Amino acid sequence: MTYLDHAATTPMLAEAIAALSAELAQVGNPSSLHASGRRARKVVEESREKIAAAIGARPIEVIFTGGGTESNNLAVKGLYWAARKKDINKKRILVSAVEHHAVLDPVMWLGEHEEATVEILPVDNYGRVLPETLRKAFEKNPHDVALVSVMWANNEVGTIQPIAELVKIAHEYKTVFHSDAVQAVGCLEVHFQNTGLDALTITGHKVGGPQGVGALIAKRDLELTPLLHGGGQERDVRSGTLDAPAIAGFAAAITTAVSQRVARANRLSLLRKDLIQKVQENVPDAVLNGDPENRLPGNVHFSFKGCEGDALLMLLDAQGIECSTGSACSAGIPQPSYVLIAMGKDETTARSSLRFSFGSTSTHDDVDSVIQVLPAIVERAKRAGKTMVKK
Amino acid sequence: MTKKVVAAMSGGVDSSVAAARLVDQGYDVVGVHLALAKVKGHAGGKGCCTLDDARDARRVADRLGIAFYIWDVSEEFQQEVIENFISEYAQGRTPNPCVRCNEKIKFQAVLERSLALGFDAVATGHYAQIFETPNGPTLHRAIDSKKDQSYVLSVLNQEQLSHTILPLGNSVKPDIRKEAEERGLITAAKPDSHDICFIPDGDTAGFLHNKLGQEPGKIVDAETGEELGKHDGVFEFTIGQRKGLYLEKPRPDRSPRYVVGTDTKSKTVMVGLASMLRVDVVTATNLIWCGPIPDSQFDCTAQVRAHSNALKAKAFHKDGNLTVEFLEPLNGLAPGQTIALYDNTRVIGSGTVVTTSRS
Repeated sequence: MTYLDHAATTPMLAEAIAALSAELAQVGNPSSLHASGRRARKVVEESREKIAAAIGARPIEVIFTGGGTESNNLAVKGLYWAARKKDINKKRILVSAVEHHAVLDPVMWLGEHEEATVEILPVDNYGRVLPETLRKAFEKNPHDVALVSVMWANNEVGTIQPIAELVKIAHEYKTVFHSDAVQAVGCLEVHFQNTGLDALTITGHKVGGPQGVGALIAKRDLELTPLLHGGGQERDVRSGTLDAPAIAGFAAAITTAVSQRVARANRLSLLRKDLIQKVQENVPDAVLNGDPENRLPGNVHFSFKGCEGDALLMLLDAQGIECSTGSACSAGIPQPSYVLIAMGKDETTARSSLRFSFGSTSTHDDVDSVIQVLPAIVERAKRAGKTMVKK
Repeated sequence: MTKKVVAAMSGGVDSSVAAARLVDQGYDVVGVHLALAKVKGHAGGKGCCTLDDARDARRVADRLGIAFYIWDVSEEFQQEVIENFISEYAQGRTPNPCVRCNEKIKFQAVLERSLALGFDAVATGHYAQIFETPNGPTLHRAIDSKKDQSYVLSVLNQEQLSHTILPLGNSVKPDIRKEAEERGLITAAKPDSHDICFIPDGDTAGFLHNKLGQEPGKIVDAETGEELGKHDGVFEFTIGQRKGLYLEKPRPDRSPRYVVGTDTKSKTVMVGLASMLRVDVVTATNLIWCGPIPDSQFDCTAQVRAHSNALKAKAFHKDGNLTVEFLEPLNGLAPGQTIALYDNTRVIGSGTVVTTSRS
């Protein structure tokens, strides 16, 4: 099996499995006041400190959630409602065209149900939001923006955004800035305080921790309207019993991932270079998407002319090679990638792409396994592409 | 080499068992659920393309240990089946969308894609049989005459049949349900689907109204031309229809009247006595032979609906045009319907009805 879908989820690190398993055998609700509760609380708070240290934040700024999607929903909706509570005219949300659905969909929902004015920030051909684009959006009306949300690095094409510059502009206009950094942590240097971000989304299973746990890193004084009401466990902003085993696994994973970041990023970028070069040699009409240099170290994303991404995926799957078309929906029906469309590609190209993503277990053998079968599979998929009735 | 087969899995009991049998027979099987409509959010209707059905198909594939994918053919389905259905009705014809779907989607778009992707065949849960002969494959009725679906497959040519596997043709439906249960397939107790999948509430007239709008016109006596009522659209009426006419003047003898014809140009619906419905000469085009091309003139039985009886007839064909003369007249046959010709249990071929008349 050649697993090249680490951007979807990556195997749990040994440290994370150890921490999570140890905690699974324990009893104690972190909110209980007795000894068992205190013991569980200690695990949670130590984990909080580890995560804060790994991400350049203070422990108090870590709000545990059920994962990236919840963190993004809390940031987008929570910041929008809090902003409007202070000033009813703050209705505009600035969001990049290439955000993950977990950001775009709550933004759209606010547009449909909560009077938000959604402004999609266009991206360049690499998928980048240029600082002047954000400035222009503010200049239309410097006073009506509730929040800005731009991801740290794109999950499909791997392009890294100029986050620090964008944050600076938003702060000139006294507007809060959220960034979804689930793909970036452990691959790039992500430092919450140094970038001046107001809120940052991270998640466990993209850094070698368990699925179903994440955090929103939010400045201490940031006003956030809660989505989940109940026990008020996390700063009264997020309710729900804290999942101590998952949190312990998450903390162990992010600590390991961040401490080994530079070495791993170097290793992954060599794999990336190897695969890009070999794909271009063996499938000359394949087109690399995204920024060739300034991209996630483990991300390789190509469009294969005349092919459908899902046909390629199926043929590779049959050969034991697992990758992604970079987009999915609930029913598993392939859609053209809105990220590629936002980058100026046509719909056919947006349907013809594949993402290979490397992670901790990847090797050059994986690259060779792909290259061994890819040219024949691309030829086959091209023939199949011609059979479908198209307008 | 092991044959590679795409098992089209609708999420119903029949295609589930069909896939299971292929796995048992040693084929290299990949399950494919065809997304015929773009589904957003939660599954709504009971049509054949809801999320529920996709999930059921996936769970059966899990159980069988085969790979499973969803193929989006919604654009092709919209264009080739739904829009064709609407435009056929708009032109006063009565199409069969299931026949059309088999002809253009399952055994064309999907089959061609499968072959191009390196598969050898497509398998479905249809009840019909394919026999290999020295002259190529032939299509036959299923042994379960109640479930027989050879009529809706009568649009497959030999090339398509040679890449088609129908694992259920030699079984009866109750045995299939039992088998699904014994195999532990979650689709074992699912009810059969009967409606047109893209009109799950069964209200074809309402669907057409929605798409075609109101096209009011007159209902007239076919013999006298006398106006007997009004209607909201010719497409609401099919030859042989008796209900829903709301005629203002009954016949003096109170004998029932039926739709005997429609004219889309003048938006007129003609009604008359049952005797006027009886026809015995039918012409058809769009001929497809499911086996060797027959002589220009032959005896056969002809079937005009999915589950009607096949009636004795003589067939003549020349230059892609077919004339069928029934030995006994039949009732209420509309242009656009598929006429399938049989030699005993073998499907000779089919055509699309153009005209009907009484000799």
